[in-house]
Amino acid sequence: MPRAGSSHHGSTCEGVMQLVINGDARTTAHAENVEQLLAELGLDPRAVVVELNRVIVRRPLLASTPVVEGDQVEIVHFVGGG
Amino acid sequence: MLEIAGKSFHSRLMVGTGKYRSNDEMLRAIDASGAEVVTVAVRRVNLDRADELGILHHLTPDRYFLLANTAGCYSADEAIRYARLAREAGFNDYVKLEVIGDKETLLPDTTGLLEATIVLAKEGFKVLAYTNDDLITALRLEDAGAVAVMPLASPIGSGLGLLNPYFIRTIKSRLSVPVIVDAGVGTASDACLVMEQGVDGILMNTALAEARDPVEMATAMRLAVESGRRAWHAGRMPRREVAVPSSPTEGMLR
Repeated sequence: MPRAGSSHHGSTCEGVMQLVINGDARTTAHAENVEQLLAELGLDPRAVVVELNRVIVRRPLLASTPVVEGDQVEIVHFVGGG
Repeated sequence: MLEIAGKSFHSRLMVGTGKYRSNDEMLRAIDASGAEVVTVAVRRVNLDRADELGILHHLTPDRYFLLANTAGCYSADEAIRYARLAREAGFNDYVKLEVIGDKETLLPDTTGLLEATIVLAKEGFKVLAYTNDDLITALRLEDAGAVAVMPLASPIGSGLGLLNPYFIRTIKSRLSVPVIVDAGVGTASDACLVMEQGVDGILMNTALAEARDPVEMATAMRLAVESGRRAWHAGRMPRREVAVPSSPTEGMLR
């Protein structure tokens, strides 16, 4: 969970932020928005779908959707299946 | 031609993409099967292997019709969540809806399945519902807005073949939407027998992926599906409990 007061503007201290990505707590370089976060993680936005705090982030909104300290992020893609 | 919610397909055989020994073998098997519809699953990206090429790198959407499934979902809510994620990937609004009720048999939770079908159909999804071989559930799914109903031949990955031809035939005779048998086919004769019931198509995965030679089995399945379909078209002879000679009984030497 984010520390009190840290969630409104994201944590810019030392340029990193704490997120829960795909169920794991993860420290990443500070990202302003989902598009930046994907770039930080080395992911192609056209190949994944992102859920931010249980809400799907539509592709055209990736750059305008802010990411803040403590956010729960799910990043999924297609894999082999029957 | 197989038509599902206004989209036409030449092949009545649909294949999954799971459990293959390699992507190369999978692609060659899909090619040999002649399938246009291929299923994929939605899963978390492995962030430690973010540079790994995803399955979409191999299955170009201009060549195959990608049908996302909700495999592994055990409630209506979970399946709805997966379906929405899959649609956001942007290929189409078709979903192979699975709501599983039991880990051991992977049999469907038909209550959850109906609930999810109602919600997703209202959201504009084209729902292909994986269900058991129960007529009443199949009818309810059609009423709920499913564009195709997918009864099982036998449990997923079991390879036990068609356990209840009568129920499959009954479902086919009573539904207006396409009936596509999904799961349980083990070898070519199973696929042929399924198609001889008059159903519109078959979806299979393990029968190909776990064959010693998936490419050869995919060819066998392509032929079996076509063969079974043709036999159904041709109309089989009646079953009799007595022998009837094929050669004339007249003209025998005295």
